[in-house]
Amino acid sequence: MTPGKGGQTHLDRPVFDTVHDAVRATGADATMIYVPAAFAGDAVLEAADAGIRVIVCITEGIPVLDMLRVKAALAGSESVLIGPNCPGIITPGECKIGIMPGNIHTPGRVGIVSRSGTLTYEAVFQTTNAGLGQSTCIGIGGDPIQGLDFVACLERFEQDPETDGVILVGEIGGGAEEAAAEYIQAHMSKPVVAYIAGVTAPSGKRMGHAGAIITGGKGTAEGKYAALERAGVVTVRSPAEMGSRMAELLAG
Amino acid sequence: MNLHEYQAKGLFERHQIPIPRGCTAASPQEAHRAAAELGGTRWVVKAQVHAGGRGKAGGVVLVDSPEQVQSAAARLLGSRLVTHQSGPEGLPVDRVLVESPTAIARELYLGVLVDRAARRVAFMASSDGGMDIEQVAAATPERILVTHVDPAAGLQPWQCRRLGFGLGLQGGQIKALAGLMERLYRLFSECDASLVEVNPLVVTEAGELLALDAKINLDDNALSRHPELAALRDLAQEDPRESEARAHELSYISLDGNIGCMVNGAGLAMATMDLVKLHGGAPANFLDVGGGTTAARVAEAFKLILSDPKVSAVLVNIFGGIVRCDLIAEGIIAAVREVHVGVPVVVRLEGTNAAAGLAMLAESRLPIETAASLREAADKVVAAALGGQR
Repeated sequence: MTPGKGGQTHLDRPVFDTVHDAVRATGADATMIYVPAAFAGDAVLEAADAGIRVIVCITEGIPVLDMLRVKAALAGSESVLIGPNCPGIITPGECKIGIMPGNIHTPGRVGIVSRSGTLTYEAVFQTTNAGLGQSTCIGIGGDPIQGLDFVACLERFEQDPETDGVILVGEIGGGAEEAAAEYIQAHMSKPVVAYIAGVTAPSGKRMGHAGAIITGGKGTAEGKYAALERAGVVTVRSPAEMGSRMAELLAG
Repeated sequence: MNLHEYQAKGLFERHQIPIPRGCTAASPQEAHRAAAELGGTRWVVKAQVHAGGRGKAGGVVLVDSPEQVQSAAARLLGSRLVTHQSGPEGLPVDRVLVESPTAIARELYLGVLVDRAARRVAFMASSDGGMDIEQVAAATPERILVTHVDPAAGLQPWQCRRLGFGLGLQGGQIKALAGLMERLYRLFSECDASLVEVNPLVVTEAGELLALDAKINLDDNALSRHPELAALRDLAQEDPRESEARAHELSYISLDGNIGCMVNGAGLAMATMDLVKLHGGAPANFLDVGGGTTAARVAEAFKLILSDPKVSAVLVNIFGGIVRCDLIAEGIIAAVREVHVGVPVVVRLEGTNAAAGLAMLAESRLPIETAASLREAADKVVAAALGGQR
């Protein structure tokens, strides 16, 4: 879909002027958005209005007040938004909507959910090397306001018969990991391994991701580790140990 | 991006939010003239830096003659002000704000921010104005009033009344607060702010509301649609390497250690810092070269890391997704050839075109050590930093 290019073809696929045209002609029910940040909010809402069920937004740099309005407008909609500022979602061997390197994935039993793109690849690579493979990997994105959050993904993994355990990759800023800890303690039966990036990050500095900032002593990696450990989650302090720790847990 | 108090007050004035009378000055003579223009018998001279805690650090002075205004300005201008928020080196004072003092009856706190968990803009208010609001929130959370704004409905009068009565305001002050909150909300939305803080918001002895201080943080992601606000950036208040990085679309933060890190992706960049620490080293920086990077940008990143004299070894950690490892290798080779690299370099490449990238590094015959895993990379760079201390 590119406005003004309707009727052309790209990679032998038809191009449409509007999402509504594309849905009418093809029955599409998923979309990947990588339009520039200034127009990404508009693209998400157009997709939702056209009835697209899964909206994956890769775009980085969307103004936070735009996302706040988009989230409010999506309330009550049937659409699920993944991202923005994320690598997308993949079920290895079945379906990829995203920009992750497909070749490091292998079908398997571990679910991965992460706020960071490249750390998702790291977790994927390690679980592939450990012989576990992945059921589904979801990058929820590094922005302060996003679509699916940790809890929404954990709920789906808990219900998913293809998933035996979950690797959760968090980072400094906000309270999403703390909310995940509460959910895990109350509702998860499957093992969860968590890694939190940013133990060495200074307070008050935005660490690359718009959402990765410690403000007023809140959102520290140590605070998140403590919340997860209180909830009985297995945590690793080294990003190199996500896969091996999950292998130990699943081995029993 | 942060604004100075005087810039924030300029925006307040444009939005009809009441502020004390004042003028800025960049020289002691200008400060003297400002005092004369303002008139009266007493003046406040406030150092303009991007840090809180100026009062305790001696950056806000009350004086009672234009000569004293001039000498206070002479002392502050050109100095570096060290506050509990500025870092040990302090921040340069290039400008002071000279204001008429205010007869204060009460000091309140009023802030507007994006509440991530609620996914709403929130107003926060407290009777404990003039204090560090984070300390108030930690020690006595019941003394902070919060109300969230529905983005479709906008700020409602009841929300303003609730805060007004909660703050113990009376009569016309309730209405005055409502007006002030509406204008703050408009300013917040129109400027794409991430934080607007009035601390303190004072009730004057005449019973009027006045924004005695003003702090505005802007959403960096929205600056492209506000060129007039982007122009307010004061590079002198920022780390020069961080500014240089931004010019090359790199995300860089200075840290205290001696191991330079170059990584793709913000999460992996933080994880790499943590890993260096876990293996007994100390990271010198956070650096995310970003997605869609080029060999030229990698070369710039390399130069940036090496411009920090503390750096005694460099760790490059790339997990290629949309970033191709062969392009990264090309950038590293170009940078190492172009600038004198007097420190050991350890490279770990994984993901898209990793094998090609590693082969290029090997063929270059440059003194670059490669690592096959995260652990190996961390061990190698920590050992190299110990040996490569300069």
